[in-house]
Amino acid sequence: MNQAAAVSDPAPVIQARHLDLTFQTADGPVQALKDVTLSIGKGEFVSFIGPSGCGKTTFLRVIAALESPTGGSITVNGMTPDEARRKRAYGYVFQAAGLYPWRTIERNIRLPLEIMGYSAAEQENRVKNVLQLVDLEGFGRKYPWQLSGGMQQRASIARALAFDADLLLMDEPFGALDEIVRDHLNEQLLALWKRTQKTIGFVTHSIPEAVYLSTKIVVMSPRPGRITDVIESDLPDERPLEIRDSAAFQRIATRVREGLRAGHAYDD
Amino acid sequence: MSEAVNATTRTGTGAAAFGLLRGGASAVLPVATVVAVIVAIWYAACIPLNSAWLIDRAGPEAELSTGDILAGVFNQERPVIPAPHQVATELWNTAVAEPPMIERRDELRGNPRSLVFHAWQTMAPTILGFLVGTFAGICLAIGIVHNRAMDLSVMPWAIASQMVPILAIAPMIIVVLNAVGIEGLLPKSLISAYLSFFPVVVGMVKGLRSPGAMDLDLLATYSASAAQTLRKLRLPASLPFLFTSLKVGIAASLVGAIVAELPTGARFGLGARLLTGSYYGQTIQIWSALFMAAICAALLVGLLGWIEKITLRRMGLAQ
Repeated sequence: MNQAAAVSDPAPVIQARHLDLTFQTADGPVQALKDVTLSIGKGEFVSFIGPSGCGKTTFLRVIAALESPTGGSITVNGMTPDEARRKRAYGYVFQAAGLYPWRTIERNIRLPLEIMGYSAAEQENRVKNVLQLVDLEGFGRKYPWQLSGGMQQRASIARALAFDADLLLMDEPFGALDEIVRDHLNEQLLALWKRTQKTIGFVTHSIPEAVYLSTKIVVMSPRPGRITDVIESDLPDERPLEIRDSAAFQRIATRVREGLRAGHAYDD
Repeated sequence: MSEAVNATTRTGTGAAAFGLLRGGASAVLPVATVVAVIVAIWYAACIPLNSAWLIDRAGPEAELSTGDILAGVFNQERPVIPAPHQVATELWNTAVAEPPMIERRDELRGNPRSLVFHAWQTMAPTILGFLVGTFAGICLAIGIVHNRAMDLSVMPWAIASQMVPILAIAPMIIVVLNAVGIEGLLPKSLISAYLSFFPVVVGMVKGLRSPGAMDLDLLATYSASAAQTLRKLRLPASLPFLFTSLKVGIAASLVGAIVAELPTGARFGLGARLLTGSYYGQTIQIWSALFMAAICAALLVGLLGWIEKITLRRMGLAQ
């Protein structure tokens, strides 16, 4: 994994330099991002971790061109985020599955393909492939309410994978799920990442989740939202769930925890 | 037409039609109970309201026994309030016994003695006006949601339009349109449309804006166009709101069509029946026309409810 990152280092997928973003709110300006400089290489699995208000989701939304930075520069695939969005460079998975209740699972996954103008045959083909990828074969004809929360979230990941975006942005996708389901989905996500070779940006506030999944962990802290530590993981490619009991895993988790503690102003 | 006649016979009253459409067999008993109570109150009300005329006619010296009064209050020709069976008989005689079409001068024409014929005269503009009003309402709502200028300017006018009493504005519209040679179905439909577009605008604006920030963000990540967002997200999401508005709108449409018949002295239609009934003190005719209007409204709302159920079920929004 580190190797993959090293190979593509010259042309990073995401390159942010001195990024600032200030929201004008009724209570005055709120600095959501301050001087964020980060580079994400191709094929990396990068987690953003930090307490609420640290700007991790905001940073992901800036990459997706859902928010505009007020200072600094950022490129996605060498383009501005807005150009990248128009080229459909990324798939975005939200906190909630956000499936349309009037569409079956199959037709929900079809939604981006319809908008992007894929042919009917191509749509059929891709829906079949991604359903297999997220282990939901046979559920295509069901409506979202007929599926469990974990299955719905898998369907929303399938929807983000259905078109050819090399970048997958995930905003606390498993935040609302219980831990058993979460472990299972983490395992599946890792396998999926390995199979598809996509670059993944993953927002979480779970330390074990971040350490288990990532090749790179970005620790952030609030008021103003900034990066306090970037940890390159030295965990091996093969990661069974038991790896969480290993010393290497604990060492990284400790460093993440210290980074969070250092950056977090507990006194307010 | 004969189907319509059958339908009226089967359902009887608007309340029963509702009950049958809504809940099937389990709703029959509660609905029947309520109807029975209403009928009992109605009969009771006939006694004090209609006895004045009896006492008047008998003269100041005459002593009327309770029996005399009871015998006289339920069968008057022009009672203050007709008894239920009088209305039912009138409904039967005019809506069922009379054919809606008769042959006159070798031509099949509407039978002015048939209440079904009159109901149809009102239903046709109701339905046409409802369709026009619904279409206009949906178009306005789409404009309001997509265009800031329309958002700021249309709604106040739409609200203002509904503040003007329809009884005041209907004659003007009818008279003006008559003057330019537009008669018959269209002026009545316009009044109906005027009343029915408003609930559709209000409901559809709410419905089109019902998708949350996340749903809209999702489409933004696909760089979907405004038209695609409308078709794939806003319109489907607004359908439950639309149906609620349509039920209000169609009832308003019927009122509009009836009101539109009043100022011009229309000869046919439920409004015309109400008007002639009040000219000649034919309270039984008035009440049966009112019941016919209620039956029509119940049928229309019931039909919409049925379409709603099927549509939402096919969309997977209702189990």
